Amino acid sequence: MSTSATARQNWDLEIKPRNSIFNLHFKEVWAYRDLLLLLVRRDFVSYYKQTLLGPVWFFVQPALTTLIYTFVFSRLAGISTDGIPPPLFYVAGITAWNYFADCLNKTSSVFRDNAHIFGKVYFPRLIMPLGIVLSSLIRFGVQMLLFLLMFGYYMFTGAHFSPTWYILLFPLLVIIMAFLGMGMGMMVSALTTRYRDLIFLVTFGVQLLMYGTTVIYPLSTALQRYPELARFIELNPMTPIIETFRYGFLGSGSFSWGGLLYCAAVSVIITIVGIIVFNRSERSFVDTV
Amino acid sequence: MSDIAIRAENISKAYQLGEIGTGTISNDLQRWFARVRGKEDPFLQVGETNDRTIRGKSDIVWSLKDINFDINRGDAVGIIGRNGAGKSTLLKLLSRVTAPTTGTIKVKGRIASLLEVGTGFHPDLTGRENIFLNGAILGMRRYEIKSQFDAIVDFAGVERYIDTPVKRYSSGMYVRLAFAVAAHLDSEILIVDEVLAVGDYEFQKKCLGKMKAIGQGEGKTVLFVSHNMGSIKNLCSKGIYLKNGILQQTGNIDTIISHYQKDLSYTVGDEQCEISFEPSPKQAYISHLSISNEHGLVKQEFDVFEQVVLNIKYFVNEPTLGFSPLIDIKKDGIDMFYSLLSDIDETVLEGQQPGEYNYRVKLHSPLKKGRYTLTFRLSKLRVGDVDGYEDILTFYVDEFSFDPTNKSYASFRKGLVASIFGWEKL
Repeated sequence: MSTSATARQNWDLEIKPRNSIFNLHFKEVWAYRDLLLLLVRRDFVSYYKQTLLGPVWFFVQPALTTLIYTFVFSRLAGISTDGIPPPLFYVAGITAWNYFADCLNKTSSVFRDNAHIFGKVYFPRLIMPLGIVLSSLIRFGVQMLLFLLMFGYYMFTGAHFSPTWYILLFPLLVIIMAFLGMGMGMMVSALTTRYRDLIFLVTFGVQLLMYGTTVIYPLSTALQRYPELARFIELNPMTPIIETFRYGFLGSGSFSWGGLLYCAAVSVIITIVGIIVFNRSERSFVDTV
Repeated sequence: MSDIAIRAENISKAYQLGEIGTGTISNDLQRWFARVRGKEDPFLQVGETNDRTIRGKSDIVWSLKDINFDINRGDAVGIIGRNGAGKSTLLKLLSRVTAPTTGTIKVKGRIASLLEVGTGFHPDLTGRENIFLNGAILGMRRYEIKSQFDAIVDFAGVERYIDTPVKRYSSGMYVRLAFAVAAHLDSEILIVDEVLAVGDYEFQKKCLGKMKAIGQGEGKTVLFVSHNMGSIKNLCSKGIYLKNGILQQTGNIDTIISHYQKDLSYTVGDEQCEISFEPSPKQAYISHLSISNEHGLVKQEFDVFEQVVLNIKYFVNEPTLGFSPLIDIKKDGIDMFYSLLSDIDETVLEGQQPGEYNYRVKLHSPLKKGRYTLTFRLSKLRVGDVDGYEDILTFYVDEFSFDPTNKSYASFRKGLVASIFGWEKL
């Protein structure tokens, strides 16, 4: 195939209709790492320029949601919170869930949101989902601050809960959540380039999925009352994360290494599949969006 | 052989026309089924060349078909062709914004492409922040941008506003800054689409100068798309001429431009520059209309400094009082000129004798770049038309040449029409 003339040529780049699905462009992504950081910075700066309260807005949403959940689910519906003060119980679940939901929602519309840039200049598209995960991390950090403030307040006023050593798993939980959200988002984004209806399904689906995760109730209650249904809730890879999160910080909930291993494995698989389908659709999406 | 920078081998690009999204699941299933059986994609077979004037049978159109070329390192190559010839598609493939349907492009060296000025600029960020962001989007590392930062700011001439959000910039400053970032990319190959159409003349000259310096001084490969033959001639030594997605010719830029301009003298789509009509029993009827140059060559695209000639032929069946042929020229729907034969010769109002009449109307080129439509009528004063066609012919005026002593004809100057102004120093 390769004659001596072509063999002497070392091309730096070959643009072909289809790349091998196993070429995940990691080397290229690394070459563009500065862009990743600048995009995160852009998101943060542009979001709060010309706002009065700036990052304080990060607090407002979880604070109000916690307030409403406390009223509706704890006071009105009387759902157990495993002996943890209800606001603390909810804010823990909401904070973790919000990070996952942010990653998923924003990643799933990444092609549509960036269609303009993608149509005019090339860079490894994977930069965008990674940027979303990191930008959301800032927001997550601020919301963690709210959680820690409430944590400190209840600790100080002598409420009944005690953190466990599993609190050290926290960074791992964040990483798993990030990849889970990003991987699922990338799968959706690849499909939405062709079937735009999915976008509606996702925003709505993520809301519903929250009720299938142990955000507003403890897993133990679900297992007690509806054991058949609880099996599906346990299959949800976000459930072990939220349960471990609560178990670490508040000492309530159920923790098992098996559950954690399960959701880590799921998130790895989803991420790899997500990157593959994302890279595939990335090459032709400009023509369809 | 070893100094080839870009080699295109059989590249084609197919696009689907019409609505995308409806019924694609069933199409996808058919496609998948065909692949399972080891057959070709059923939707690609029916493709045809990309001729906008002929309504194709299928929804698939080949925006580019079987393109092969080599570009040597250090060459400045102009890509020319009409709108829709595939120029932009070719640039998109080269800059990896979209993938080819078939074929391979092999590239040696880093490509920086400027398909648009200021991609990724964020209005809320300052000039400084945007330089870094835009540079990174175009593929520069942070330290590279840092080392070029002063040169970029200097080229753009925006020192004073560098810490102001770019949304407060004038559009000229915005464009200058954006071009400056791209021009200082450290890449072996620079691809520039028609982005210089924005900005004032001085700036365009500066950009072209910079691109020339990049090409000749720094030995980089430059690919340039423009409709302005003047700047292409100025910048490029080689050319690629595309027509309906097919490579017509490559080689020396002057040969290619003359070939292209010869090719322009025909009609585009239903925008015609010549039309005939059947005889009619009306009092009078128009039989033939055309637009030509002064030598009688019927064509549609004119240079700003070229004379446009309107030819009108009509028959009078019976003498009619208050009768006169009328020409109305519009640019973008605005009436530019309105002329009746009776403006020149009032005797026609008494009624012309039966027979054929042939008129030639010379326009002494006050027209600037744009699309012009012509209305021809045989009007009867205060009564209406005996015969007539609204916006029946179309012609284009474009800047194929540039006369530095007549700048008021250039599209970057204000004014709907231009004229020669005799500035006399007294």
